[in-house]
Amino acid sequence: MQALYAQLVIGLVNGAFYALLSLGLAIIFGLLNVINFAHGALYMLGAFVAWGLLHYAGIGYGPALIIAPLVVGVVGVILERTLLQRLYRLDPLYNLLLTFGLALVIQGLFQMRFGSSGESYEIPAALQGSANLGFMQLPYYRGWVLIVSLVVCLATWFVTERTKLGSYLRAATENPALVQAFGVNVPRMITVTYGLGVALAGFAGVLAAPIFPVSPGLGSEVIIVVFAVVVIGGMGSIMGSIVTGFALGLIEGLTKVVYPAASGAVVFALMALVLLVRPAGLFGKAS
Amino acid sequence: MTGLLVIAPFVAYPVFVMRCLCMALFACAFNLLIGYAGLLSFGHAMFLGGAGYASAHAAKVWGFPPELAILFGTAVAAALGLVVGWLAIRRQGIYFSMITLGLAQMVHFLCVQVPFTHGDDGIQGVPRGVLFGVIDLDDTLTMYGFVLVIFLLGFAIIYRIIHSPFGAVLTAIRENELRTTSLGYNTDHYKLIAFVLSAALAGLAGATKVLVFQNATLTDAEWTTSGAVILMTLLGGLGRFSGPVVGAFLVVALEQYLAPFSGWVPVVEGAVFVVCVLVFREGIVGKLSAALKIPL
Repeated sequence: MQALYAQLVIGLVNGAFYALLSLGLAIIFGLLNVINFAHGALYMLGAFVAWGLLHYAGIGYGPALIIAPLVVGVVGVILERTLLQRLYRLDPLYNLLLTFGLALVIQGLFQMRFGSSGESYEIPAALQGSANLGFMQLPYYRGWVLIVSLVVCLATWFVTERTKLGSYLRAATENPALVQAFGVNVPRMITVTYGLGVALAGFAGVLAAPIFPVSPGLGSEVIIVVFAVVVIGGMGSIMGSIVTGFALGLIEGLTKVVYPAASGAVVFALMALVLLVRPAGLFGKAS
Repeated sequence: MTGLLVIAPFVAYPVFVMRCLCMALFACAFNLLIGYAGLLSFGHAMFLGGAGYASAHAAKVWGFPPELAILFGTAVAAALGLVVGWLAIRRQGIYFSMITLGLAQMVHFLCVQVPFTHGDDGIQGVPRGVLFGVIDLDDTLTMYGFVLVIFLLGFAIIYRIIHSPFGAVLTAIRENELRTTSLGYNTDHYKLIAFVLSAALAGLAGATKVLVFQNATLTDAEWTTSGAVILMTLLGGLGRFSGPVVGAFLVVALEQYLAPFSGWVPVVEGAVFVVCVLVFREGIVGKLSAALKIPL
């Protein structure tokens, strides 16, 4: 029984990462119509920035939670300004290919510098240890990841769906020319949105550093599952990504207990099922 | 082109050229889908790898002669293409690509788990066998001739598909699907058929490749291979008939000559991707065609 609860918690924590990453992807896609294949590589970048800050500058976890997303966000802004912007008027598939190429470059460079095995990042002292909940042991750090990712996801959803800034962003997706005619600086908004989307990935990277080995392959291991999450949740839907991310993490954890051999494929099998029953995704709007 | 390919094994290392030919066929099959039907499949490696495993198993464990092993592999790929295509066609554009990626991951996962594939080791020591009971394929030059014939056959099939009423409808679907539907064509039907054909030809490439190298590996079913074939087609020229061939030869050569600096391969490939997408979208054959002012 203990094993089941422990596995479920691990599943939920994985789900938290799926949710954070698919949230960034959904924002970038929903508001920019760009499939950001580089999302995994930027998540890995966030983890490495956190590691680098600790390793080279002695800057700990707390400040890293703020600095790393900022750094990744700035990298994202630079990428958007110099590369992505040129392709908006073309078929969105070209952006997919561009970000795919970027992912290869980023991951390849890190692989050459750091090799395939991961660097270790210690759980910050304040979050070490675990709580005895009676029916299971809950490590503090995992609990922290769950809480903070939930907060960040819901805050992002709130900003996008319930604030004026969010409504500008959503309007700009539907009709950029018109919104620009109203005096809103649409290109700048798009750049900032991309920066925020990848900053979310960078934030997830910092959260991941103490749990997963900080290796160049960190992003590519998870990016395809995250794409499946986004397809299941409905590609433009933010709440869809959040709910589906957590839910799929849970389901994957459950599968590991019940039928371990299938745990790698269960997300994709679910994706195929959803496509048969509800092609637009669970929360998506049928086009 | 045929002339060049006939003398090639006497100029370059034959196994290298055979690898190029298999990947060229793979890329041409892929190009059928993206260049002519406008569908970007991000998981085409599943057909290359899946057919590879199928024909390797058939040749080694069931003792099929080479021609039957290859046919079996192609049939398996076609069947897989039918299932995957039927699921993927339900959505369009980028969603279609994401679905193919997801399903390819599932196939890859199956390749890892299913016992007959031997996981990371792959299927080794696949016998090349005796073609039609008379031609021994263990000789490299004979094998090369066989591979060349298969490649030219596949190439001719694709040519015939494209230059046919069916191919014209595919191009129409790529240009404006709504209008094609309004003209009375069942576009889903056409897309599915194109997908199955592309999958079958990719399977043909995979099955042949397995016989050349005499083993079936996981790499052929990984998404990095799917990425590589996209690169080949993009570099050579999307929608250009011989584009993928040029692209395939270049990318295989790149991987071969960068092998001592293997760390650089993904970086260089990624950089080529970025450059091609930004400034070189017509690809090499496209640029050549524009420069020489002849359709290629």
